[in-house]
Amino acid sequence: MSMNEFKPKIVAFCCNWCSYAGADLAGNNRLSYPADVKIIRVPCSCRVNPMFILRAFQKGADGVIICGCHPGDCHYTSGNYYTRRRMALLFSMLDYLGIERERTRLEWVSAAEGAKFSQTMNEFVEAVTALGENKRLEDLRCKE
Amino acid sequence: MRKISMDSLSALFEAISGTMPLFLPVDGKEGASYKKWEPGTEYSKALNTNKSAKDFFFPQVENMMAFKTEGKNIEVLDLKEDVGPFAIFGVRACDLASFSILDRVFLSDPVDSFYKARRDNAVIISVACSRPQETCFCSAFSIDAAAPGGDVECVMADGMVYLEAKTEKGEAFLKNLEAVTEASDERAAEAEQAKIRERIEKLPLANLSTDAFGGGKTMEYFNNPLWDELSANCLGCGTCTFVCPTCQCYDIKDYNTGKGVQRFRCWDSCMYSDFTKMAHGNIRNSQKERFRQRFMHKLVYFPENNEGIFGCVGCGRCLAKCPISMNIVKVMKTLGGADNA
Amino acid sequence: MQRVTRDVLVQKAISLLSAGTVDRVLGWKAGEFSYDVTPYVFKDAEALKADFVFDDFCGANFSKYLVKECGKSEGKVLVFLKPCDTYSFNQLLTEHRFDREKVYAVGIPCDGMADITKIREKAEGISEITAEGDGFCVKTLYDGDVKLTKEEALAERCLNCKSQKHVAYDELLGEEGEVIDSGRFTGVEALEAMTPDERFAFWKGELSRCIRCNACRDVCPACTCEKCVFDNPKSGVENKAIADSFEEKMFHIIRAFHVAGRCTDCGECSRVCPQNIPLHLLNRKFIKDINGFYGDYQAGEEAYSRAPLVNYTTEDIEPADAVKKGDGENA
Repeated sequence: MSMNEFKPKIVAFCCNWCSYAGADLAGNNRLSYPADVKIIRVPCSCRVNPMFILRAFQKGADGVIICGCHPGDCHYTSGNYYTRRRMALLFSMLDYLGIERERTRLEWVSAAEGAKFSQTMNEFVEAVTALGENKRLEDLRCKE
Repeated sequence: MRKISMDSLSALFEAISGTMPLFLPVDGKEGASYKKWEPGTEYSKALNTNKSAKDFFFPQVENMMAFKTEGKNIEVLDLKEDVGPFAIFGVRACDLASFSILDRVFLSDPVDSFYKARRDNAVIISVACSRPQETCFCSAFSIDAAAPGGDVECVMADGMVYLEAKTEKGEAFLKNLEAVTEASDERAAEAEQAKIRERIEKLPLANLSTDAFGGGKTMEYFNNPLWDELSANCLGCGTCTFVCPTCQCYDIKDYNTGKGVQRFRCWDSCMYSDFTKMAHGNIRNSQKERFRQRFMHKLVYFPENNEGIFGCVGCGRCLAKCPISMNIVKVMKTLGGADNA
Repeated sequence: MQRVTRDVLVQKAISLLSAGTVDRVLGWKAGEFSYDVTPYVFKDAEALKADFVFDDFCGANFSKYLVKECGKSEGKVLVFLKPCDTYSFNQLLTEHRFDREKVYAVGIPCDGMADITKIREKAEGISEITAEGDGFCVKTLYDGDVKLTKEEALAERCLNCKSQKHVAYDELLGEEGEVIDSGRFTGVEALEAMTPDERFAFWKGELSRCIRCNACRDVCPACTCEKCVFDNPKSGVENKAIADSFEEKMFHIIRAFHVAGRCTDCGECSRVCPQNIPLHLLNRKFIKDINGFYGDYQAGEEAYSRAPLVNYTTEDIEPADAVKKGDGENA
């Protein structure tokens, strides 16, 4: 497969209250983002267990992005603050293991930011496309 | 009998590799482990490998088959790998003895075809233990580390390696190596073997006795109160089982790849809490019961079903590796009473 | 050579037993050789006199044993704690994992524990190991006496000791030590300075040796879940063996992550690994990052302190910046 044809599989964990609504708004406003982004709705970004991210890579994801409410705006007051700490440590650990840092991302997207959602996803897909297939966190059994 | 100088070992390895893949102990960060020989690979001087040689026939993980579904059709894919002839150099007497224990499990009816394919294709070149270690107690199980057997038996002495074929397969194998080896009389190897036996008699665990154990002793030991203190601080990890050359328990699991199912076999450990988990529940709920199972299996149950042969070969790996230094020798000494005082 | 002798500990244990302060003693029992010491619960003076040992091979951290031990009897258990053990002790207290009232903790000084795996690299066929001056004398079966310096014999975790100070005890034997500037992050820094490709190759080499014996998890004083996620069939990640190279990475990342902020850096994981994987380099990366991102924090230093991952500030570093900060390029 040449780089031009490579379409990355992206998993986006979106919090129910802000980012998922942001994705909705993007749709309503006819703002496009690549169809390769598969959204998984979670009650809060802090529901995302580090294991979810690794499992997404295992099952074939080439990039994983977590979207939550802006700091201070969490529906549950402080969930996203915990997310921020966890992901800071996890992403740094993945980098420490030599896994490309561009494959993981945390972004704050509010319900009013349909445009930001679409732009974030386009940027992320572009970055992961440039990296190519996820080789370093792949499970060969899940490949064709 | 043939011989070759220790300095020319790489010529021997190269000659073997010319006909089939050769595996031998190589030093690494974990200690010695079996690796495939390539030009430049150095044979490890360690007495024993970190993990046992059972992996050659009974690997830790092995894919058995896969299922693919398309619509209403299920396709069963055979994942069995083709096995060609291969040689293992440097197997010690204890590991070699473990193969015949594993054979009793995997080659008895119904025969395990995965195991058998690898067993049939292996040429085993054993090496006598010139420097047995303090953790060695193979003599307790009547294993002679000076004459380990296998297809070809090596004794290393005074800078020379003496090779003797022990089976027809071994004879054919050695015949192929005549270009790199030279003929030798047997006395040199015998002198070294005598020295090895003397060294073994002087080892700290030389007097360990198995007399107190064997088939038919289940009731004698099963309810022994000493199991409580022996197992009290066992962590329940699988180190002893995974470094053990004779532990042969495995689990068969299905892995959902998202596109189908892959069925694989992997080592299991009786030390793990879910080892005996069944539909109705679990029959061994305490670490004491699991711990007891492991040692009863090796010292009582296995000999009961196998003409008195014990399920331990005295390689000493569990002595070196247990995180809390609890091991079969301590169990035998504690339970065996006066015989092992 | 340890500053407090075995006899002093035996005497202390016997006096506490006879005074009725405790009804059993968690200690080290001598084995077959100089080095194969087993954790053991002593119940009487005779057993203590016969089998209790305290020397350079008493590396086992007893804190985790208290979780199980406190459930066994109404009486108190005496536990001997080396400085690094006391951090785990505090951490377990913080997590309400054992009943403080049921424990009598005696702090004992420690000058570092020997690592039998390291000694075996230098000496084969060990018949006896004795402390000699600042180092060790290893009597071997075939090569005579082998002399080892402290550096050659001591466990890596002890060469990088972070503290000789006890942070919890009921009674202290010997003199109190100090918190040490250990330089324990140099290994992590060396990795951070590598390129991602080099790091990947390094960890591949290390983690591919894993045999999933779970010893690192089972010995860890921070891993005290009743049912580990890796043992739970409902978790979807329960696997008994590493069937693909992905799983070894997942297991070790998650194992380290689950104890992040709670790991006291006692080093037991690396001590027990039968495949000599430097697991502490994963834990120390988290510790170093936590210190760098959220301010210095030593788990277990203070009982009931709030761990960094159950805490936050509104000004915390963003993950994208954190990755750059945790990297050698920006150091």
